[in-house]
Amino acid sequence: MAGNTVTVTDDSFATDVLGSDKPVLVDFWAEWCGPCKMVAPVLEEIAGEHADKLTIAKLNIDENPQIARDYQVMSIPTMTVFQGGKPVKSIIGAKPKGAILSDLADFI
Amino acid sequence: MTNDQPTPGPAVQVPGDPGQSPAIPPAETDGVRDLIIIGSGPAGYTAATYAARANLHPLVFEGSQFGGALMTTTEVENFPGFPEGIQGPQLMDDMRTQAERFGAELVPSDVTEVDLTATPKVVKVGDEVHRAHAVIVATGSKYRYLGLENEARLLGHGVSACATCDGFFFRDQDIVVVGGGDSAMEEATFLTRFAKSVTVVHRRTELRASKIMQKRAQDNEKIRWALGKQVTDVHGQDQVQSVELTDTETGATETMDVSGLFVAIGHDPRSEIFAGQLKLDDSGYIQVEHPTTRTSIDGVFACGDVVDHIYRQAITSAGTGAAAAIDAERWLADTFDER
Repeated sequence: MAGNTVTVTDDSFATDVLGSDKPVLVDFWAEWCGPCKMVAPVLEEIAGEHADKLTIAKLNIDENPQIARDYQVMSIPTMTVFQGGKPVKSIIGAKPKGAILSDLADFI
Repeated sequence: MTNDQPTPGPAVQVPGDPGQSPAIPPAETDGVRDLIIIGSGPAGYTAATYAARANLHPLVFEGSQFGGALMTTTEVENFPGFPEGIQGPQLMDDMRTQAERFGAELVPSDVTEVDLTATPKVVKVGDEVHRAHAVIVATGSKYRYLGLENEARLLGHGVSACATCDGFFFRDQDIVVVGGGDSAMEEATFLTRFAKSVTVVHRRTELRASKIMQKRAQDNEKIRWALGKQVTDVHGQDQVQSVELTDTETGATETMDVSGLFVAIGHDPRSEIFAGQLKLDDSGYIQVEHPTTRTSIDGVFACGDVVDHIYRQAITSAGTGAAAAIDAERWLADTFDER
């Protein structure tokens, strides 16, 4: 997988996501989640195409359960946009690229 | 087919179409391809592998549900050739890779509109227009929800369409699985890995599931049963807190405190965009001339769960996918006999 997305953890979340100047889309995912695998290449593409406006970060909920709990993630993939340290938009479930792009229209 | 139809084949050129480069690459949207495959479960990928090996250079619209129903399963124990079992998503990944290896062109887009009565046939993805002589429909089926307002509102907040994705979040909690078929038994059994208790709610007093799946669920001490009942509402502000159960016989209602609602009441064929063109049965399944995969339109073939409401297995879908590719290949050869 090309390295257009960044990886965040429970420890780095405050700095990399909440403290980011750019909006950050956090992809809550896990190895055992089929739909997460479907959406991963789409996010990789979007990350490459809109790198100037939006950072896309991946957070593995198995390895980093705290942040998922804090933001009450109960379904994956959940893709949440954080802006100015706050969650401002959530996309739940795998969708085609066009649908994700239109959900993200305010940010890209 | 009239005589001025272009000859199908690799890098086919459209005669009399000004502005076309001499050789149309397989991805060319204005060119006419031999074959477009719509869908990407076991049926779509198997059709793609067969068609690609037959040099038909298929363009495959995988859609948002790439991999189909198997992407949300766990262990597949009954696909021949995998004596130890294989994970559903892994099997689909492998089928996808196999199709790609022989030159199938895979596009992760959802088809929005088709005109299968046109010659050549038209397949649209938004404003993008694709044309092909033959089309294979393998769009599968989609998840059926209960259709409650609060169910939709709380989707992703306790209401789940994917036990394997979301079971993890219900550790030591009480949850409900709705349905009486194999997939409900499988989900309930799977969810006991995490949940404190799983109550199976089914509107009939008898289960539809196969004996082996029933037994597996019945032997599981974490699974409870609410048979002859229906979920008629879901309560909770930001998360599911309880469900309302209604007795199908007496109409009596009760509230059950649960934090999760998993719905496994079956699937509906994904055939809306073909309605009015292809002949469908009363439930929306595409009708084919068994034992072939021919539909009511010449040059359009259908396979997998969008046709089959009886077997619905990965292996039967893959089987009809292979048949559709062979049917399409023969139809192309017969229709364009100068080839």
